[in-house]
Amino acid sequence: MISQLAIVLFDGFAFGMLLFVLSVGLSVTLGLMNFINLAHGAFGMLGGYVAVTAMRGLGWPFLAALPAAFLAAAGISVLLERTLFRRLYKSGELNQVLFTIGVVFVAAALATYAFGTVQQVIQLPAWLRGSVEVAGLRLGTYRIFIIAVALAITGLLVFGLERTRLGARIRAAVDNQRVAQGLGLDVEKIFAVTFALGSGLAGLGGALAIEIVGLDPSFGFHYLVYVLIVVSVGGLGSVAGSFFGAALLGICDVAGKYFVPEIGSFLIYLLLVAILFVRPLGLFGKR
Amino acid sequence: MTVEAPTLADPHDWLRRRSRWSVFEIAFWVASLLPFFLFQTYLPLASQIAITALFAVSVDLVLGYAGVVTLGHAMFFGLGAYSAGLISKAGWGEPLTGLIIAGLFAGLVGYIASFIIVRVQHLALIMITLGFCLLTYELANSMSWLTGGTDGLQGVETWPILGVFRFDLWGYAAYGYALAALFLGLVLSRRIVHSSFGLSLRGIRENVRRMPAIGSDYRGHLQKIYTISAVMAGCAGALLTQTTDTVSLDTLSFQRSADVVVMLVLGGTGRLYGAVVGTIIFMVARDQLSDMNPQYWYFWIGLLLMVVVLLMPRGILGSLAQLARRRD
Amino acid sequence: MLTRTAAAMALVLGLGWSSSAFAQETVKIGVILPYSGPFADAANQLEAGIKLYMQQNGDEVAGKKIEIIRKDTGGPAPDVAKRLAQELVVRDQVDILAGFALTPEALGAADVSAEAQKLMVVMNAATSVVTEKSPYIVRTSVTIPQVNYAFGKWAFEQGGVKEVYTLVSDYGPGHDAQSSFSKGFTEAGGKIVGADKTPVANPDFSAFVQRVKDANPEAVYVFIPGGAQPAALGKALADRGLTPPNVKLFGQGELTHPEALESMGETAKGIITTYHYTLERDDPLNNEYVKSYREANNGRSPDLFSIGGYDGMHLIYESLKKTNGDTGGDALIEAAKGMSWTSPRGPMSIDPETRDVVQTVYIREVKEVDGKLQNVIIHEIPDVKDPLHGAK
Repeated sequence: MISQLAIVLFDGFAFGMLLFVLSVGLSVTLGLMNFINLAHGAFGMLGGYVAVTAMRGLGWPFLAALPAAFLAAAGISVLLERTLFRRLYKSGELNQVLFTIGVVFVAAALATYAFGTVQQVIQLPAWLRGSVEVAGLRLGTYRIFIIAVALAITGLLVFGLERTRLGARIRAAVDNQRVAQGLGLDVEKIFAVTFALGSGLAGLGGALAIEIVGLDPSFGFHYLVYVLIVVSVGGLGSVAGSFFGAALLGICDVAGKYFVPEIGSFLIYLLLVAILFVRPLGLFGKR
Repeated sequence: MTVEAPTLADPHDWLRRRSRWSVFEIAFWVASLLPFFLFQTYLPLASQIAITALFAVSVDLVLGYAGVVTLGHAMFFGLGAYSAGLISKAGWGEPLTGLIIAGLFAGLVGYIASFIIVRVQHLALIMITLGFCLLTYELANSMSWLTGGTDGLQGVETWPILGVFRFDLWGYAAYGYALAALFLGLVLSRRIVHSSFGLSLRGIRENVRRMPAIGSDYRGHLQKIYTISAVMAGCAGALLTQTTDTVSLDTLSFQRSADVVVMLVLGGTGRLYGAVVGTIIFMVARDQLSDMNPQYWYFWIGLLLMVVVLLMPRGILGSLAQLARRRD
Repeated sequence: MLTRTAAAMALVLGLGWSSSAFAQETVKIGVILPYSGPFADAANQLEAGIKLYMQQNGDEVAGKKIEIIRKDTGGPAPDVAKRLAQELVVRDQVDILAGFALTPEALGAADVSAEAQKLMVVMNAATSVVTEKSPYIVRTSVTIPQVNYAFGKWAFEQGGVKEVYTLVSDYGPGHDAQSSFSKGFTEAGGKIVGADKTPVANPDFSAFVQRVKDANPEAVYVFIPGGAQPAALGKALADRGLTPPNVKLFGQGELTHPEALESMGETAKGIITTYHYTLERDDPLNNEYVKSYREANNGRSPDLFSIGGYDGMHLIYESLKKTNGDTGGDALIEAAKGMSWTSPRGPMSIDPETRDVVQTVYIREVKEVDGKLQNVIIHEIPDVKDPLHGAK
């Protein structure tokens, strides 16, 4: 019983970490810029397709495809931010929703055009396949890898935000945009960098997700709901919030399906409604 | 969204003036009869546009007027659709009573949900409406003994309207029925938004905190409009069931919730006819584009949405109205 | 990448079917499919089957030109499918309705076929009841009970398995698959030791797979929709050591489609699936079909959707030949009843009573052949009918 519980916790945590990488960027951009970017999932999809192209088309190793996915998503997102999205910072949230949904439509059509509707697959390197035996438990190697990547990202983000100059600037811009600008901070540039970072992480998440959930042109829509749930439950603009929110959702999802499969598909939504009703700002939300 | 200040002399007179029918409105309703004579082969599409427009108007009441952003209104649409279908399956295929019962059931659920809805705002509000919608979807899927699950509800058979007008292959009866319902829905909505109740809703939209300060029971108002909107959305769902004799899980889907908000914002929020115009443009564009290329049509829809936001930030109707005002 | 794009463009241009045949009488076929949305891949594969048939057999039958009109439903949307069918009949005046990848959409459009008295060729939708909704419906794909009932019997009698744990997607086809497999299996004498249903949109299977492991069954039967899930489930099972030879793994053909096999790799060896079409079946007709299909589709292999569309067109062509170009629904359905032919999938026919497909059910096992994983046929059950028609 104990070992089953441990397995379930492990699997749920790994799934949660995948959600965390996919959604932490949206949490930061939403919290920082108040920009509702429903196209966040589309950047995840972009990262996924870049990874597939790099591995299958160019024969790159998996570990090289991951940073490529990050960089491509970050680069294209900053291009879009500079040319299009920044025009919307001042317009209402509904216009942001409409515009970014438009972007998702266009992205899905382009992906269909370039890659077709077929499910994309990648072949992981041998050392990431199969499972290992740890203290009598069989743990999936790839899941361990995902957890390691997510923990590294969390560490870097927390360190970067708390200890570096850029982090201090970002925090200043989040806390009070006007004062930050008054003090001579280039808020626009900070926004662009943050946006690129957030989208890049989504791209990385998309690449990591292929092995677990697959990749096709509907990815951008499909994972939008999960990403929004993580962001709202965790609380806007909080890395720790996204981390714990994603972990909680992943674990509850897997544990719910394991222990009470009859209501397995409901649990995640019930949790969403309950948490937000009690804590409308999410678990770690400040504003 | 500026509302000209009521003259202190006679607020009722001001409200009455605002609610007078304009030439445009009358012209619109006359034009809505054109499909019967000019585009008979498009009647099935026209009837589904009218149904979706009614749904969009119901969302406009809460989103455009009361500022309650919802991503889960398909819940009421679907509840209405399933109630109408189940009543018909149980042996009572009379459309008008079926429509009323379905609307009331959706309204009842809406009233219960409203106790939670009025207590949250912003992102939490959006996500809770979405959560309710997804829960209802999963519930309908798991209760497949009642709903037919993913295959859809089978055995729905709607009787002729008033015992005379059979739902025909061409869609004459369907369009007439849906159009009449849309008209009634709009007349009712006009009365609501041009009443003092409608004004207090706008007050809530503009500043929630100030409303209690001036002695307005804002939660009560919100619950009321949310329930009314649920009834209307439920009726729209019931209409879809009755005009097609099909009900499926997709009436409850996130996609449907999101699409209706897209259509509403496209046309322009807070002006009722924006919902109708947005629906017409979205659905006609979709129909025409997908006929030209069924695989990539959504590329052009996406582009349309982006261009409209950049060039017409108040929605199509909103921006046209602004343009017209500037001319005056 | 460049060649891919060029090929994609050629494909798009090629799709512009000619509609400029005024001089000649035409037969219009309205094809209703979910070209966009989550089931777009099914629609594309099915359409590629239709196109291949027309490319091989010309677009002229019984002196009439065949014209295709394509309509997109955008996902499982019976209300839209019904409206499109209505519009095709009243506006485009089509003679035949075809396509229908999804059961709810086929059910939605069935009324129109009955009222307008048009032949309706269901090229995929696999729930039994579909053909009973209109006397003008004929199906050229498969029904889920058809393959799984026979498979259940086989699993006990020849597969040598006494106890099975079932794990299926929680939706119509999943329920059908579970009940028909269990029925065949228990009737033969087997025992179902546990049954779980996974949510249709299920991103992570680990919890369910762990439940299976706890039960420690002799064999597992799974049914999940095609696409991303087969590979995901296969890998989750492999992570827990729930793959052959430790545990016998049964499923319907989606489980081991080419992309899934590639993704699962070695761990897929020994999985036993049932299907009505086997890509690797060594037969001159099938080899030719697979070769031309790949040439026309960027190297992509045909799947169950493709063969449904391909044989659907064959049925339409042959029926038109029989009626000498008469497109009336009654004439066409009479011509279709009892028709039998040899398809790339093997011998098949249309049951004159139920208008449903009768065909060989193949049992296949994943084996390595020339360094590549393949579904190798280990058993054939000829002339299988859907067991549910007339059973109620």
